[in-house]
Amino acid sequence: MPLLEDGRLRPDDWTSIEDDAPLPDGPAIISLDRLRAEAAALAGRNAPLGVAVAPETQPEEIAPFLDRLALVAVRMPKPKDGRAFTQARSLREHHGFTGEIRATGHIIPDHYAMLLRCGVTTVEVPEGTDPATWTRSRDAIRVGYQAAQGADRPLSLLRRKLELA
Amino acid sequence: MNALTYPPHARTYRYDEIDREFLQERIAEFRGQIERRLAGELTEDEFKPLRLMNGLYLQLHAYMLRVAIPYGLLNSAQLRQLGRIARRWDRGFGHFTTRQNIQFNWTKLEDVPAMLEALAEVDMHAIQTSGNCIRNTTTDEYAGATPDEVVDPRVYAEILRQWSTLHPEFTWLPRKFKIAITGSPNDRVAAQVHDVGVLAKRNERGEVGFEIHAGGGLGRTPIIARKLRDWVPEAEFLAYMEAVLRVYNALGQRENIYKARIKILVRDLGDEFTQMVEREYERMPRDRYRLDPEIVAAIGAHFAPPPFASLEDQALHADPEFRQWASASVRAHRQPGYASVTISLKPIGGIPGDASADQMEAVADLAERHSFGEIRVTHVQNLVLPHVRQEDLYALWGGLRAAGLATPNIGLISDIIACPGMDYCALATARSIPIAQRISERFASLDRQHDIGECFINISGCINACGHHHVAHIGILGVDKRGEEVYQVTLGGSATNDAAIGELIGPAFSYDTIVDAVETLITTYIAHRVPGERFIDTYRRVGVTPFKDALYAPA
Amino acid sequence: MSTKAKARPATAPVVFTANRLRDGRVVWLGTAGLWRDAITETVPFAPEAAETGLALARQGERDQHVVGVYAVEVDLAGPTPLKFRERLRVQGPSVAAEAA
Ligand code: SF4
Repeated sequence: MPLLEDGRLRPDDWTSIEDDAPLPDGPAIISLDRLRAEAAALAGRNAPLGVAVAPETQPEEIAPFLDRLALVAVRMPKPKDGRAFTQARSLREHHGFTGEIRATGHIIPDHYAMLLRCGVTTVEVPEGTDPATWTRSRDAIRVGYQAAQGADRPLSLLRRKLELA
Repeated sequence: MNALTYPPHARTYRYDEIDREFLQERIAEFRGQIERRLAGELTEDEFKPLRLMNGLYLQLHAYMLRVAIPYGLLNSAQLRQLGRIARRWDRGFGHFTTRQNIQFNWTKLEDVPAMLEALAEVDMHAIQTSGNCIRNTTTDEYAGATPDEVVDPRVYAEILRQWSTLHPEFTWLPRKFKIAITGSPNDRVAAQVHDVGVLAKRNERGEVGFEIHAGGGLGRTPIIARKLRDWVPEAEFLAYMEAVLRVYNALGQRENIYKARIKILVRDLGDEFTQMVEREYERMPRDRYRLDPEIVAAIGAHFAPPPFASLEDQALHADPEFRQWASASVRAHRQPGYASVTISLKPIGGIPGDASADQMEAVADLAERHSFGEIRVTHVQNLVLPHVRQEDLYALWGGLRAAGLATPNIGLISDIIACPGMDYCALATARSIPIAQRISERFASLDRQHDIGECFINISGCINACGHHHVAHIGILGVDKRGEEVYQVTLGGSATNDAAIGELIGPAFSYDTIVDAVETLITTYIAHRVPGERFIDTYRRVGVTPFKDALYAPA
Repeated sequence: MSTKAKARPATAPVVFTANRLRDGRVVWLGTAGLWRDAITETVPFAPEAAETGLALARQGERDQHVVGVYAVEVDLAGPTPLKFRERLRVQGPSVAAEAA
């Protein structure tokens, strides 16, 4: 499936690998179970490694592996299931993770801005997605009332209001 | 119309250009979402959470738009505009809710953008009045006026409002999330039956801090909240709230809707929940979440006392009818010569919480004349004029009478809370409004009501308990029994400092016998009371047995 | 939860109701898959044909015309819903003050 990054579609150069399939040489996303089981063997791998975590996974569980991970994929099984927002924010804020955080699952354009503000970098979208719908949604509201992750970090509204005063 | 035409001394939070820009962007966004829905680009499953976050429900007969009244505070320009909206897009009525909001029951989806524009003209909106997000924070309707206030809760309610508005992390929670905050030692906000209940207080040095309770709630599983902390310093208030929400968002149940509220998580984890919140709080980069004193001061300036005249307290006008009204409706004020006035939206036989467009306009006028243009909505579905000169009370009463708003029953048995029930609500299992109407008709005699004294009856039309029946002295819950409406009765609930969940007294009553049952409870109380006792006091002293015997005695 | 269709098989004739997407008003499935304002214009299905009716009604959801389709058991006189809730849906709120 295509990826959305910075509001543009790009091909995905990662491959998701089943637990019983051999690892390819290129960038590979594996499950947390496999990451745990094969941690020692994987330590010597050169190609980029990513992990896909379930919504119920606590970021602490992957913390020991983060230094060798280039990607963490979080998942929204339903549009209403917002655990991924806390996972992403926690990976950035508590664990200093700087790699790619990818959001997968049933994601709609209306999630996009909030995902970005929680530290997500890329979103897996269905074939045929029109990125314009997503950027429109992302840019619909340009006022943030809270602290957020990432380079576009708006200050809290309260503080900004003071600066204006 | 905008803030420029606001009454100059009404202490509601005043939007600046950024707040207005935000609101316009939000309306444009929702307008776009509605268009995508009508064009079939969004399915109902995708659209539903989006419309809910904009306050739009699909009810039994139509869409219902719930408009946010932040912590129950309105100025007269806003109330007048609500009246206009009721007239133009509803059937001339609005319904005030137990969350201090107002809802319009006959909304059309295609009218919603225009309604939101009209709201935005007076800096109002319907954001987060529904959906699995942080809802409108409720607070004390007498804030800034009551003599027992230690901290002005409006300041922190507004801070919570801003912080929770489209919070990027907490907009897709397991379930809705309701916060109540009080700044007085006498809890008038039912803090202990909220997802988070906040008691603002001061230490010996006069600094503000917060006692935090979490995991209270009504609904199917009523639970009194657990105290997480005695004291969170002001600067760390938002950090601590973030920590609570993070633990909930990560661990709250999402499979079973009946187990998804934070109360179930808190109940199941017990002290472990507190520990988890504390761990999260400890490791947060707290600088990012610090609430600076200048911020608090800047927000606080919106709620500075209005220019009170220096007056002396005075005796009430001698008119006995006026005095009867005043004894129920007028409340002491911290400023000498002033009083707070509660306006009953519970006329005998009326729909609790309903106000007509004319009434809204009348109250707006009276507020401008007598209360610095300020109005509050109470969680028992009445209105308050917070700052009225005592010398104006008699004239105000005349104005209220002319508008049909002077029923002298505040705190009495006909001051009933009732949710919309099956007459409007798609989730209902029974009607609640007609039960309230018939009870109030049964006790129509005001002398009798005053003789009975304080007694709270709350009615819910289903187990969701929007009518707060668990915390009423007499709680009534309508349920469906093989296609028939029947009503369960609970006794002894309380929503104040001594919060308690009422006890289910026995088998349910039919639609035709529930009013008689209430009357039997009241005659039993009268037979057993000693002088000075309210219904709840007698109940606590004599216990449930005499009431049970009276209700279920073989004829 | 876009549907309230019950799993329990119907034992009485059923009609189908929903809310119109545009204005939210209560509508009833009539002939030729058309949605009508009045229950008198609805077409009842025998209990064993309820599935067929539901499929027809669902088309209204797919066409973005209605939302929240569900079956209502009725007495054919009227027809009149057997349950009080749906009778209220037919009549409107039972409380007087807002009947403008
Ligand atoms: S308690 Fe039930 S019937 Fe009443 S408003 Fe809430 S959901 Fe509707």
